[in-house]
Amino acid sequence: MALLQIAEPGQSPQPHQQRLAVGIDLGTTNSLVATVRSGIAEALPDVDGRIALSSAVRYHADRIEVGHLAREAAASDPYNCILSVKRLMGRGLADVQQLGEQLPYRFQAGKSHMPFIETVQGPKSPVEVSAHILQALRERGEAALGGELTGVVITVPAYFDDAQRQATKDAARLAGLNVLRLLNEPTAAAVAYGLDQQAEGVVVIYDLGGGTFDVSILRLSRGVFEVLSTGGDSALGGDDFDHAIARWMIEQAGASSDLSPSEQRSVLQQACAAKELLTSQDAVAMHYQDWQGQLSRDTFEQLIEPLVARSLRACRRALRDSEVELSEIESVVMVGGSTRVPLVRTRVGELFECTPLTDIDPDQVVAIGAAIQADTLVGNKRAGDELLLLDVTPLSLGLETMGDLVEKIIPRNTTIPVTRAQEFTTARDGQTAMVVHVLQGERELVSDCRSLARFELRGIPPMVAGAAKIRVTFQVDADGLLSVTARELASGVEASIQVKPSYGLTDTEISGMLKASFENAANDKQARALQEQRVDAERLLETVRAALKADAEALLTEQERAVIEERMSALDAVRHSNDVNAIARHVQQLNHATNEFAARRLDATVKSALAGRQLNEMEG
Amino acid sequence: MAISLTEAAANHVRRSLENRGSGEGIRLGVRTTGCSGMAYVLEFVDELQPDDEVFESFGMKVIIDPKSLAYIDGTELDFVREGINEGFKFNNPNVRGECGCGESFNV
Repeated sequence: MALLQIAEPGQSPQPHQQRLAVGIDLGTTNSLVATVRSGIAEALPDVDGRIALSSAVRYHADRIEVGHLAREAAASDPYNCILSVKRLMGRGLADVQQLGEQLPYRFQAGKSHMPFIETVQGPKSPVEVSAHILQALRERGEAALGGELTGVVITVPAYFDDAQRQATKDAARLAGLNVLRLLNEPTAAAVAYGLDQQAEGVVVIYDLGGGTFDVSILRLSRGVFEVLSTGGDSALGGDDFDHAIARWMIEQAGASSDLSPSEQRSVLQQACAAKELLTSQDAVAMHYQDWQGQLSRDTFEQLIEPLVARSLRACRRALRDSEVELSEIESVVMVGGSTRVPLVRTRVGELFECTPLTDIDPDQVVAIGAAIQADTLVGNKRAGDELLLLDVTPLSLGLETMGDLVEKIIPRNTTIPVTRAQEFTTARDGQTAMVVHVLQGERELVSDCRSLARFELRGIPPMVAGAAKIRVTFQVDADGLLSVTARELASGVEASIQVKPSYGLTDTEISGMLKASFENAANDKQARALQEQRVDAERLLETVRAALKADAEALLTEQERAVIEERMSALDAVRHSNDVNAIARHVQQLNHATNEFAARRLDATVKSALAGRQLNEMEG
Repeated sequence: MAISLTEAAANHVRRSLENRGSGEGIRLGVRTTGCSGMAYVLEFVDELQPDDEVFESFGMKVIIDPKSLAYIDGTELDFVREGINEGFKFNNPNVRGECGCGESFNV
């Protein structure tokens, strides 16, 4: 018979209508699934009691294997065992080849820039590989809850861009999961500790995993977690602690550092075990070949001190970027198995001047937060408890305007879901099409931002430049995914695009882009002024050229015309230079030279209009 | 007759209540619904109703409204694991038929 769970008062589900929801932490090394049962949020183990599922997929000719067996086979079957696929999500072939040195896979280009990995089962995209991991977690969730899942919340790093989020969502869809929400990992960790129940405050999430370190500073206000800054080190983690111990062992044993792969593995295993024991013990006995010795906690802490210091430097940088004061920080949440190391806890506590939160298993805290959010989203809580957790856009979204400039439509850190619209117009007379180029980033120039998508609005009725009204709407849904619509208001023609992964930015690029925008603010302003001046010059030349063509013969003397044309060619000569002032000066001179001409044209128009009316009246 | 919890069930109820941070105990009950006529209710209790009956088992309060009691008197609530699934199970002596999944029953 079906097994029941305790529900909130008045919330008992109808038979066969239990709303089963799980949270999934889709990690680079390990993935977890968690749920809320009888009011308790907990990670779900597999049949062998293992909570972490190794994020590794192995393709056999006739089947697909997910988990630790796939990871263990990586050395013997490197092309068919795909590890750390998260690093490839939403990335283009070019980005992936940059990572290439570390990756043994055989890549090939696919449609839409996506890289494919050649396996014994044919080419596989990172989205498919992720889908297999999600599928394994889905099966575990359904077996543990005894039914089909209504919905899931999947966590992603705070710095994931649109393409990476979209790729994650696509993987979930492929695995047959209904994604209620993508949630930022640091936000999930804060939710697990119930920090979202507080009115407001600044929260630091210190996430030291096996191979990567991330720090995020969040501000909670009115149920919205705003990411103030993120930082980290993509090559720092608990594995480095193991290597430090291993080096020490080999040094102590006086052995050569040229180890065979199997010797290396056994030393590292011993080092890892020692590290874990030193969380609760003061010393551990170790041996290597003939050597026997003891590693004390003091020595261990000396060995890892420089590594911990590196993480603290990243924390200080993030703190500076966030522009919050130390005193504003309410809590520090520890995430990742390596935060069990006592020295890490002490140093982090000292830096932020508060005791870090460590009650929830740091390996599970993200999945647990996701589970709590999933439980709320499927409606297993009383209406009054319902907390709609909001996220924000990680980078500004905008489009390209004349002169390679970016017009921001949705600024960074806007709470989502959000819809913003702005009106644009045509730049040339009779223009019937317009290219909408969607960009993400903080800088002012198109070339400095990330291009997300590009589409054309066609069928604009021919009008004078500036007369058409084109409304461009940017919509970001609750998962941070963007769709853009352009509509010409007079004719109603419309074109739109859903931003799909084309190719992605690397994590460091994103934080780099953010930093560059602060450092380059002054440069950007100048660049913008220059571009605006150039656009002005071009517009003016265009207008004068059209006017000359239409009315020069009737309204200008030969000499007047020569003066105007001379000024035009002078402006034309400087308009591509970098001298803002020179361009401005020439624009002014041409304006001045054409004043009289413009006045005469106006007179002529008025006269012909009057003449027209008299004629009409006479006919009437 | 009475309603009782097994020790495993009582321990899990205790854990759930502690985790929730508030609550008097749990409510057992039935309501008319489902493919076989009736379905169990298993909920946290924040407020007792005037005519509620309260039983105690391993220190945990089990709260039942008198109408439901007729259908589940003598029931023992157990907490079981089946594979990796776990949850509460009603051992109800009054049941004459269940739907295939056991989520609803008749007496």
